[in-house]
Amino acid sequence: MPSVKFIEHNGTEHVVDGNNGDSLMVIATSNLVPGIDADCGGECSCATCHVLVDGDWLAKLGAISETEESMLDLNPDRETNSRLSCQIDMSDDLDGIVINLPEFQY
Amino acid sequence: MTQMVIIGGGQAAGQAVASLRQEGFDGKIVLIGEESTLPYQRPPLSKAYLSGAVAAEKLLVRPEKFYQDRDVDVHLDTTVTAVDPDQKTVTTTEGSFDFDKLLIATGSTPRKLSIPGSDLNGIHYLRTMADVDAIRAQMTNAKRLCIVGGGYIGLEVASVAVSAGLSVDVLEMEARILQRVTTPFMSAFYHQLHEGRGVKIHTETGCSGFRGADQSVTHVQCGETEIEADLVIVGIGIMPNIQLALDAGLACDNGITVDDHCQTSHPDIYAAGDCTNHPNPILGRRLRLESVPNAMDQARTAAANMLGGDKAYAAVPWFWSDQYELKLQMLGFSADGDASVLRGNPETLQFAQFYLHDGKVVAVDAVNSPKEFMVAKQLFGHSVAADDLANPEIDLKSLLPSA
Repeated sequence: MPSVKFIEHNGTEHVVDGNNGDSLMVIATSNLVPGIDADCGGECSCATCHVLVDGDWLAKLGAISETEESMLDLNPDRETNSRLSCQIDMSDDLDGIVINLPEFQY
Repeated sequence: MTQMVIIGGGQAAGQAVASLRQEGFDGKIVLIGEESTLPYQRPPLSKAYLSGAVAAEKLLVRPEKFYQDRDVDVHLDTTVTAVDPDQKTVTTTEGSFDFDKLLIATGSTPRKLSIPGSDLNGIHYLRTMADVDAIRAQMTNAKRLCIVGGGYIGLEVASVAVSAGLSVDVLEMEARILQRVTTPFMSAFYHQLHEGRGVKIHTETGCSGFRGADQSVTHVQCGETEIEADLVIVGIGIMPNIQLALDAGLACDNGITVDDHCQTSHPDIYAAGDCTNHPNPILGRRLRLESVPNAMDQARTAAANMLGGDKAYAAVPWFWSDQYELKLQMLGFSADGDASVLRGNPETLQFAQFYLHDGKVVAVDAVNSPKEFMVAKQLFGHSVAADDLANPEIDLKSLLPSA
């Protein structure tokens, strides 16, 4: 089972396993990783599952959709490696992916 | 050992369990749900779950293993029959439980029709996964769906059903669909959208009864006229589940009355979600909401305070609705506005209607315009020039309060 390392804004690390096909949002909330609200449940409607993808992992992810881009565009914490974790599905290719969590969700 | 009891198996209940553990509570948690499913996401029921695009296990808020690993005592298919606030016990069909703190997250129930023929087969309400499973089983063979009630649930179902090839009629008692929840402009937009896709909308048309054959519905009666239908879905609003709270002597008024800490009139009993009537300090009035974000936020608030915290709930309500390829995101209440500003063109199915009060943003209806929705979140309560908002040449970022 592939694993994900979530790093909270305060530096606390959570290394958790995830099922292939589950979104990073689902993996985080199922493991009580703090810092992801996911109010809409993964419909790309709320932007409260914002994450920052570490280093080279960003290139391994699929392209960002227009909706996701629009939801992120005005986020004050937006970085070039920002994504919504409900839009990233786990796979063996992402085993070991490192995800940084912002201080706030808006 | 301290024991927390949660009545309800919906999204507020599920979030409360997670928040209690996340806040470090290591005592006993008892979750008592009436449905046979662990907490799941309700919004997709009338959308992607009805269409078959999303499977049941994908709706679970957290997997079964979560409740095992986190030592949550889950009782499904269990009905609470009484709450005794003095003895601090909850009585259920499966025995009774003592509590130190109790959370009531009983949600709401669809308003029922009681007119001739309303017990015929083929007439459904839509609130639970089981409801939708029953609807889907019939939808495969059904040809003519009649939806009673032109609210968001009814219209979401209409979009799924007409896309699946069914003939769809929508009956709306009021002069326009969505009358209770949105502006004439938005009602007209969605009316036109649905008619363009083949849905027949009948406004100012009440349902007076049902006619059937062999115990199954064949016709919906509207006074003198009849509409042929082999499947009926009734979506005429919901009512908060407050009977347990009333019987327990807790203050209720169109919902279980709570303060901004989600505390009821009893200091050890909290409530969260659709069943509450709560103060909104931002809007300056009390609200009862039918809303997932509200359920989640109130559950987080209640959990923190059940553990002795001091967390107040204050958020601008927001909602969403998916119909066809259109994503509608709403913030605040359009009725609070004294003026509206349109950005974008409704004919392109991509626009946002902003609502202002004394020049300040108080609400938005954003259709396929997530950026406008997000900007409204940040502009809420701030003054903005209407002309700038309406001008697509002006970058929304330049209008933000910090810009």
